[in-house]
Amino acid sequence: MAGSLTVDLVAAAPTAPTRGRLARWALLRLGGIVFVLWAVATVTFFALRLIPGDPAEAVLGGPGSQASAEALAQARADYGLDRPLIEQYGLYLARLATGDLGSSYALREPVASVISTNLGPTLLLAVLSLVVALAIALGLAVWSTRGGRIAVGIGSVLEIVAAAVPHFWLGISLILLFSTLLGWLPPVSVPGPLGLVLPVLTLAIPLAGFLGQVMREALLDALDSPFVLSARARGEGDSGVFWRHALRHAAIPAIGLTGWAFGSLISGAVVVETIFARQGLGRSLLSAVQSRDVPLVLGVVLVVALGYILVTTLTDLADRLVDPRLAKAHL
Amino acid sequence: MTALSPARTRAARRPRAVEVGAVVVIAFLALSALLPGLVAPGDPLAIAPVDAFQAPSPSHLFGTDESGRDIFTRVVHGTGASLLIGIAATAIGLGLALVFGLLAGFGPRWLDFGTTRLLEVLFAFPGLLFALLFIVVYGPGVVTSTIAVGLSTAPGYARIIRSRVIQVRTSPYIEAAVVLGRGRTLRIVRHVLPNVAGALFVLATLGVGQSIVWASSLSYLGLGAVPPAAEWGAMLSAGRTYISSFWWMTFFPGLFIVLSAAATTLLGRALQQRGRES
Repeated sequence: MAGSLTVDLVAAAPTAPTRGRLARWALLRLGGIVFVLWAVATVTFFALRLIPGDPAEAVLGGPGSQASAEALAQARADYGLDRPLIEQYGLYLARLATGDLGSSYALREPVASVISTNLGPTLLLAVLSLVVALAIALGLAVWSTRGGRIAVGIGSVLEIVAAAVPHFWLGISLILLFSTLLGWLPPVSVPGPLGLVLPVLTLAIPLAGFLGQVMREALLDALDSPFVLSARARGEGDSGVFWRHALRHAAIPAIGLTGWAFGSLISGAVVVETIFARQGLGRSLLSAVQSRDVPLVLGVVLVVALGYILVTTLTDLADRLVDPRLAKAHL
Repeated sequence: MTALSPARTRAARRPRAVEVGAVVVIAFLALSALLPGLVAPGDPLAIAPVDAFQAPSPSHLFGTDESGRDIFTRVVHGTGASLLIGIAATAIGLGLALVFGLLAGFGPRWLDFGTTRLLEVLFAFPGLLFALLFIVVYGPGVVTSTIAVGLSTAPGYARIIRSRVIQVRTSPYIEAAVVLGRGRTLRIVRHVLPNVAGALFVLATLGVGQSIVWASSLSYLGLGAVPPAAEWGAMLSAGRTYISSFWWMTFFPGLFIVLSAAATTLLGRALQQRGRES
């Protein structure tokens, strides 16, 4: 199971860590990453070939464009669509290996440059949202576990409702409240920190709901556990027990959810960037989906998959740092 | 700070009143889905151009839309279709996940290896990404978006079911069944499935709300159900154009999505806790 991208506590057998094992783990891990990337690229390539209709027509603006036969032939030659499928696939993989993602049908510019101009704004939005979500979730979890029975009840309901709110609805409601009614914040994303407040809150609140549920559960479990009892027996005070012992355990499931959170943030970014008319990867993906811009869809999917793989790999490493038991179990 | 004592933290895990509230909301939604005429007697498609864009008032609780249709009536009559989309998507996801989970958890080793790798690849299409890819290929619409949501949720469920199956498989009572000479099929049907069913039921309850949220997000983006159908997602995407001036067109269908997702999640969590305690 060493090459697994998922932390699989069930199948892991405890063994002693050695340097050779660490190297083997890293190698298998790298192999796993390459395999998943190749599989994602392949699945996406062939899936997009299932689109009914002539891809050359899509290049020229869809079936309604009534392109001439010469234009179609030219488009086929330009994009290599006249070659056998397997040759196109080989060419595509070879180009991918050099970082060439092809060129967008609709925007008439290289996919790589479309992605690089849109990646920054989305990353900024996602990272800020993750930080805000973690802060809200931790605050709620700590406040409610320290506040007794009623606070736990209120906290858990708040979290469940927050997790149930669709991004678009939250975004609209926040715009209504803070822009239309109060006039404090701009309804669309303007440059500068003020324009980021509503998009970040829209992305962060549902995520905080999910993270908070898991973190409070872990916090309560940790407070119930024997090691907290023994820390108390040693004479440690409430805050020492809380911050030094229990909180570390609350971090573990939250870290485990980071990969999932990444997916949620990217999906949320599609909606949030659309609502707030904000430039970014999510909005480019949506317009590529709507116009069936195959190369752009492919490129964005690959970048997101790569991001997901990087995040989960880093997550596993972070897991080992926070929870030394795992490092022993997994190497 | 007695709040940290074990007895109190354990007792603190059950907000009962909220669970009752969740059941009441679900009962109301079920009634609206099965007998919409009883809750809102009007016609959800009746047009009255004179009454277009009316703000919420006693005669139109949730206001009216661009054709003067009563939004409360439409929301109530849309409950059936919206819940059906959520339930269908969850059923697709869980059905696939059960097959994968059983194959991986109970099949030979190579099958577990293969399924785990496949799940890893599918996990690399996080969130709505797989759904969007599916919609690029098969085109937007209510059926494709439902299938798309089901397919995107399947890997997550499959992983949970697989680990549950492995947990059950290595438990003492299965060893006892092996010792007693029970065959593999009998063991799966008599022992593993009933023990996985509990987890499956909880996942289904938690999943329906989340599926409704996802499907409505796709509708909002114009990739799911289409107007003028009285379905929450479709109403949202119709109201999109008028958001800045006529907020109630999107606010109330959205409120029902939040209510149904929150209520099913609360119920699912309550069931989960009860299962853990018994």
